[in-house]
Amino acid sequence: MDNENLKSKVAEYTAKVEKASAKFPERKNLEYNRLYTPLDIEGMDYLRDLGLPGTYPFTRGVQPTMYRGRFWTMRMYAGFSTAEESNKRYRYLLESGSTGLSCAFDLPTQIGYDSDDVISEGEVGKVGVAIDSLADMEILFDQIDLGKVSTSMTINAPASVLLAMYIAVAEKNGIGPEKLNGTIQNDILKEYAARGTYIFPPKPSMRLITNIFEYCSKNVPNWNTISISGYHIREAGSTAAQEIAFTIADGIAYCEAAIKAGLDVDDFAGRLSFFWNAHNNVLEEVAKFRASRRVWAKVMKERFGAKNPKSWMLRVHTQTAGSMLTAQQPENNIVRVALQTAAAVMGGTQSLHTNSKDEALALPTEDSVRVALRTQQIVAYESGLADVVDPLAGSYYVEAMTNEIEAEALKYIQKIDDIGGAVVAIEQGYIQREIQESAYKWQKEVENDDRIIVGVNKFQIEEKPVEGLLRVDASVGELQKKKLADLRAKRDNVAVNAALAALESGCSDENVNLMPLIMDAVKTYATLGEICGVMRKVFGEYQAVATL
Amino acid sequence: MEKRVRVLVAKPGLDGHDRGAKVVARALRDAGFEVIYTGLRQTPEQIAEAALQEDVNVIALSLLSGAHNHLFPRIVELIRKSGMTDVLMIGGGVIPDSDIPSLKEAGIAEVFTPGTPTTAIIDYINANVK
Repeated sequence: MDNENLKSKVAEYTAKVEKASAKFPERKNLEYNRLYTPLDIEGMDYLRDLGLPGTYPFTRGVQPTMYRGRFWTMRMYAGFSTAEESNKRYRYLLESGSTGLSCAFDLPTQIGYDSDDVISEGEVGKVGVAIDSLADMEILFDQIDLGKVSTSMTINAPASVLLAMYIAVAEKNGIGPEKLNGTIQNDILKEYAARGTYIFPPKPSMRLITNIFEYCSKNVPNWNTISISGYHIREAGSTAAQEIAFTIADGIAYCEAAIKAGLDVDDFAGRLSFFWNAHNNVLEEVAKFRASRRVWAKVMKERFGAKNPKSWMLRVHTQTAGSMLTAQQPENNIVRVALQTAAAVMGGTQSLHTNSKDEALALPTEDSVRVALRTQQIVAYESGLADVVDPLAGSYYVEAMTNEIEAEALKYIQKIDDIGGAVVAIEQGYIQREIQESAYKWQKEVENDDRIIVGVNKFQIEEKPVEGLLRVDASVGELQKKKLADLRAKRDNVAVNAALAALESGCSDENVNLMPLIMDAVKTYATLGEICGVMRKVFGEYQAVATL
Repeated sequence: MEKRVRVLVAKPGLDGHDRGAKVVARALRDAGFEVIYTGLRQTPEQIAEAALQEDVNVIALSLLSGAHNHLFPRIVELIRKSGMTDVLMIGGGVIPDSDIPSLKEAGIAEVFTPGTPTTAIIDYINANVK
């Protein structure tokens, strides 16, 4: 059929259905059509825009064989209470077929306070495991072979300290840093914009990050030194296009900082990784994943002049959307997670965490975690979705949406460039305000019934109280305090003080890479709070802009 | 003209989840309340101080980290100590049903859990503010 003929047929169709049209609310933002035809992807050039899997611009995936080579890493985010409790959960997950670990730390750990700090009261062991020193880290990974497992750690402001502890635990078990595989989140910019566990101001934070890039490129070559995260930006309320746009803008800022610090782009870019959210709108999400790979490949090749193809690849971990789970009729969340899993897999993720049905209510129980992991295994082994590389390529809809999300993201990145880059855009509150606008719009849509959430604003039932939720024992705080008191009494405090003094003088000299000094300090069993305390003293603390 | 109701939306503790707090703050402002938002990481002392200085009628606490049993009662205690006896205190976030009775006993008038429409919070404040 020639294009003119098709155009008139499509126009005829559009006129006929126009009257019945009630646009899907979620489509308002990107103005998706009802029907897609070859007209919507006119001008698309297969090799230029899609290419083959494993080749530039990686729209179809970063590896040539994708899941025909091996499945994504099934990596369940877990951690609560003490290192002892969390170690048990990790070993349970590995026995159940998890293929990687992912550590959740409690808020005091994430913000660089010890469990016995007054500010930590009530928070110890709540949203993750409490780690105060190398001693806790040794227990956390007890009987787990760090030479074999890959470990992701959701740690940002104190990422350098937790990474140093991990390397030290491995060394004690005779495993050299060159054998370690894993990821630290280490993405401070999205902490300022969306997640909130910042400590230091942007400048010293960016220095710590580039110090880690440099140290790992020489010593821990297989470590993913950062996980540039859109997940939390989306959880905070952004749209799909904003998620990848703001995150890639953050990625650009990290590259610029590292290059400014004298690193060669190809020395660190291959170890950058990303973190996406998998929301409910399956096809929009698939398009988002595909668009993000294409945008990043172009940024790295054209903007930064990276030469190594590894530097062009956007490798991504995914987590299903916690904010899409409902406290109402929580069993329905199993279905939502299955759809989100399908989106992440058809989008070509490298690893995946699936949320449990009870996560709108509390931390998940062992039983609900098993169902969440089984969801991945069912998608992998039974659904057929993993049998073909990038199965939705060529769909008029998915290709057109991939183009639209890319265009929308590029517009935002341009806007952020005009403002002066992601750091300035965050300092001015621009990114926070954009996210808040989207979150408020979403909430309005739900309250006006323009957007239906099953069980929340339609199909409600009389809810029974949910039983069998996981509760973190309130005595964890006391237990950690006691462990700390023992540690401070037992360790060589002269060595601790010497290491902390060396770190302090290193902090004051911008030309010093802080990683070796932090390594020395953790090995003396200096606590996380002591190490971060020294850095707080020299660097100061970030003062947030409260946007509303 | 009647004085507008003043609401302090506060984020106690170390929790960084502020989507809910900001959405509620916006909705309250659109509903005609005067809203002051504290920003993240406020100690109970800071919240009590802000409530006193801003002379608010309502304190709305948002917490998703699980530290509510520790932090909410502590804030009530400080508010009472400072002599603000008629301030309406409400809370919201990921709070298990089983924790709500003891929070109410401690002085939190109402707790709003995930999925609550902002209109329910607005109606509640209008009906109960002194």
